[in-house]
Amino acid sequence: MPWDRNQMAERAAQELKDGMYVNLGIGIPTLVANYIGDKEITLQSENGMLGMGPFPFEGEEDADLINAGKQTITELARTSYFDSAMSFGMIRGGKIAAAILGAMEVSEKGDLANWMIPGKLVKGMGGAMDLVAGVGRVIVVMDHTNKHGESKLLKECTLPLTGKGVVDLIITDLGVLEVDHKGLHILECADGVTEQDIRAATEASIV
Amino acid sequence: MKKVYGTASEALDGLLHDGMFIAAGGFGLCGIPELLLQAIKDAGTKNLTFASNNAGVDDFGIGILLQTKQVKKMISSYVGENKEFMRQYLSGELELEFNPQGTLAERMRAGGSGIPGFYTKTGVGTQIAEGKEHKDFDGETYIMERGIIADLSIVKAWKADDTGNLIFRKTARNFNPPAAMCGKVCVAEVEEIVPRGSLDPDQIHLPGIYVHRIVQGEHEKRIEQRTVREKA
Repeated sequence: MPWDRNQMAERAAQELKDGMYVNLGIGIPTLVANYIGDKEITLQSENGMLGMGPFPFEGEEDADLINAGKQTITELARTSYFDSAMSFGMIRGGKIAAAILGAMEVSEKGDLANWMIPGKLVKGMGGAMDLVAGVGRVIVVMDHTNKHGESKLLKECTLPLTGKGVVDLIITDLGVLEVDHKGLHILECADGVTEQDIRAATEASIV
Repeated sequence: MKKVYGTASEALDGLLHDGMFIAAGGFGLCGIPELLLQAIKDAGTKNLTFASNNAGVDDFGIGILLQTKQVKKMISSYVGENKEFMRQYLSGELELEFNPQGTLAERMRAGGSGIPGFYTKTGVGTQIAEGKEHKDFDGETYIMERGIIADLSIVKAWKADDTGNLIFRKTARNFNPPAAMCGKVCVAEVEEIVPRGSLDPDQIHLPGIYVHRIVQGEHEKRIEQRTVREKA
């Protein structure tokens, strides 16, 4: 059985160590916050906050308190606020230990594409280019294949890049793969998934 | 010198002209200068270029100036929530320069700090790097990005004193300080103007040297994605 969204998020949470400052992207990465457990992980929201808390209870929403996905959130006892220039200073300056992001495509060299589809979808890169260029470790969480069943792990990305050679670890519904300078290594398979299944579903070179 | 004005339109009087370049604070709909944007709409100023992280939504924020076709060009990192923006961009009516979010914030901060250009790793090996100077430092490749100096900055703060010292609230700070810094003139709209001496000097987020005009007003403060959790 391939992993579902929550299992992928739970697996990604295992990569986080006590004391880390971490940035979580939109989508499945947001769910990682549910599996942090007892570790003291400080979540950064790149619109200017460290120490992001859970969603508010109904009636307690504050228009001045949102995350980078524009969702209402809450603060914690250790929260701090700052402006966008300082926020990206800490990202660019390598102070954020890891970013967990979604992706449209990842190449075997660790190239990442997740910000636009020419002629179809023009949303913008937001903070993704800064994050992948600056943080200590980039962890991608995504489905292994697209809705047509085609591999999202490619020899070369076909979409405009967010960053070149930036991805360190890929967690998909089929397993966990590490990016090495020679290609991808399978570190772990989802329950009931074999290395052969992963190879069959992957266009990128697996070494 | 008097910095306090009665209305947003009065605060912008004499500052607007067609074809000008405006830097605006805000992230999504959070901390946007909503009253000043409405006053620019009312003034009918055209062919505007905006440096702003987002373009609002169809009927709020910079979106209201897109509806009236007052905007010629946007410099933004993310425009995903605005259908009219997408329509104008895809039909060629509107120019769009995508900047990575941190690069945009730093371009504003640098422009306001006397730094005409800086090097960053952000965007190396992507479309963003095309045509830009590349330079290696300590074995890593960086690209040069330019500081932004805008004709006018419009920002939103929580509190101000009459000298323009500003305090922001929670994540509504976002792009407001760097946007304020990069304008030749900066107009700030605030929820409350308090008497001189009532703000703690140690708690000022943006000193009044960056703020030339202030207006107090009622803010709608719309929420883009209202998200809540169940009570256990």
